[in-house]
Amino acid sequence: MALEVEVRGLKKQYHHGDVQAVDGVDIRTREGEYLVLLGPSGCGKTTLLRTIAGLEEATEGEVLIGGNVVNGLPPRARQVAMVFQSYALYPHKTVQQNIAFPLKAEKMPKDERERRARWAAELLGIESLLARKPRQLSGGERQRVALARALVREPSVFLLDEPLSNLDAKLRASARDELKQFQEGVGTTTIYVTHDQAEAMGLGDRIAVMYEGKLRQIGPPREVYADPADTFVATFLGSPPMNLVERGDHLLGFRPENLLPAELISGDGDKITASLKVARIEYLSGDRHVYGTLNGIGAESRVVARLPATVTTPLEAGETHEFAINEQDLRFFDAETGKQTDAQPVRT
Amino acid sequence: MSSHGAAAEPPQRALRERGKLADRAGFLAPLFLLPAVVYIIALVALPLLLALSFAFSDVTVGDPSFDWVGLRNFDAIFDDPVFWRSLRNTFVFTTIAMLLTIVVAKALAMILVADFRFKWVVRFLVLLPWTTPVALSAVAWLWTLDSVYSPIDWVLRSLGFIESNSYFLGKDTLAAASVIAVHTWRIVPLATVIIMAGLISIPDDVKDAAAIDGAGFWRRLWEITLPLTLPVIAVATLFGAVLTFTDMTTVYILTRGGPENATQVLPSYAFLKGIGSGDLAQGAAIAVFLFPLLLAAAVAILRSVRRMETF
Repeated sequence: MALEVEVRGLKKQYHHGDVQAVDGVDIRTREGEYLVLLGPSGCGKTTLLRTIAGLEEATEGEVLIGGNVVNGLPPRARQVAMVFQSYALYPHKTVQQNIAFPLKAEKMPKDERERRARWAAELLGIESLLARKPRQLSGGERQRVALARALVREPSVFLLDEPLSNLDAKLRASARDELKQFQEGVGTTTIYVTHDQAEAMGLGDRIAVMYEGKLRQIGPPREVYADPADTFVATFLGSPPMNLVERGDHLLGFRPENLLPAELISGDGDKITASLKVARIEYLSGDRHVYGTLNGIGAESRVVARLPATVTTPLEAGETHEFAINEQDLRFFDAETGKQTDAQPVRT
Repeated sequence: MSSHGAAAEPPQRALRERGKLADRAGFLAPLFLLPAVVYIIALVALPLLLALSFAFSDVTVGDPSFDWVGLRNFDAIFDDPVFWRSLRNTFVFTTIAMLLTIVVAKALAMILVADFRFKWVVRFLVLLPWTTPVALSAVAWLWTLDSVYSPIDWVLRSLGFIESNSYFLGKDTLAAASVIAVHTWRIVPLATVIIMAGLISIPDDVKDAAAIDGAGFWRRLWEITLPLTLPVIAVATLFGAVLTFTDMTTVYILTRGGPENATQVLPSYAFLKGIGSGDLAQGAAIAVFLFPLLLAAAVAILRSVRRMETF
């Protein structure tokens, strides 16, 4: 049972309008979609999620679940389940009682409740932990219990608020994988909040990038990455972020992996060359991140080039080398507004 | 310290010299503990030992010479129906006052952690009874419950609920109820503040999770807030119980234990016997009776505090 979630012109203010946490956001999920809300801390993504959940009341605008306006309805009437960053397990209840709690609140008979709790626990591979208390569990186990509690009553929407951020880096990668498989398995519409772009890129069917309470761009990961709507999205996504070079009234943007030694880009027809004075080289998982100053396509700028391990061009700090970018990999942004504009002539 | 001579010294050496005494834990720890130790020995340990020894003696106000009499004082108080009545009253008053305190304090605490305008005024008013000395507030209550001029009677009379005055402190049950009410009134602020601290310490996420999980107000209260604040409530109750159990002022000022010992409690009876009638030995024997009960309460407090830490 997957439902659509939609917010229309949603605004949320705090302190009598002094703080504008969410500032006019329109988003519509698709049925069974995995939508990731991505943004730096304080961008309003968690507030947006909590407003959808019914934990916060919208100042303006509407929240729709399955086509019905749910403004004013308490969380329990919205058929949503939420996993919190801290997992928010009930410390005095056992795992079994934690998972069964939403069912108990629905006044489901006891044996039915236990059967369902066991089913949820088995789905997440924690059936051996049912008798334990949360404090006896590891971070990863707690996260599974929180997920089991969320899915036990088969909600129409999952809301996940940075559920992986309390796990250590190693566990996070495997948990991310499991989470994705799990969501594909149950097929429930999921809204996932994170500030981690790797999580967003890896998990999301679509990514909604938020900044300062506003939705900056929404689209599939590849599109948001390759075709950022503005300079914020361009520099927030990608590690290292997109290079921006000032050029008259606009900015030229290109991804570090698209800036390569000139001799490696074949054909002259559509490549733009510039000279890079290498300042520093970092080796990261086989790749070379080359930091330097780029001259020749606009104002002199600090840029990064990411050379895959297959590129063996010898480079030393201090020397200058010809680099090039394919013209189709260039993006153009308005210098004033930061919005992406149509392609401008680069060749002079 | 800031004289020129000291400043001219190499700073390292100056530091070492000053650090000699002021930095030595072995010297400082006993020094800082000393006032507390002196205080406890002089005002708690000595009187306690004195009371214990008096309980086995024939000391009176008129004849302070100490003669060992064994268990004679205890035989006497065990034969005294007023003692048994006081013991029963002490338990009944404390129990009822604490039950009322828990309900009222929990409700108040839940109101006070919520957000509303002029919260600080309400918080201030709630705390007021606690800041007033017991003797003063007991006198205020004495006037409020006065047999002739009681404003409560006046209001009830004006509203037509009663024909004549209630004589709050003149009838057995009403007097007992009045004492319990004053005790509750006095302990509620402390309990409220303690329970508030407990409520605030429940993570917001847990409360939100309960809301998302579909729990209504009562389910959240019974299944989430109460279990999670239980250790704190236990501490508040035990503190309140000890304070109520040992309090003689309220009873002494309101009723002097009357009418006909209907509100007599152990502390007030011990005072009445020991100081009022001058029989220090019997007063001590009655007072000593409080000791094992309070000891049990202290153990219970410490236990529940320790249980709180394991959450």
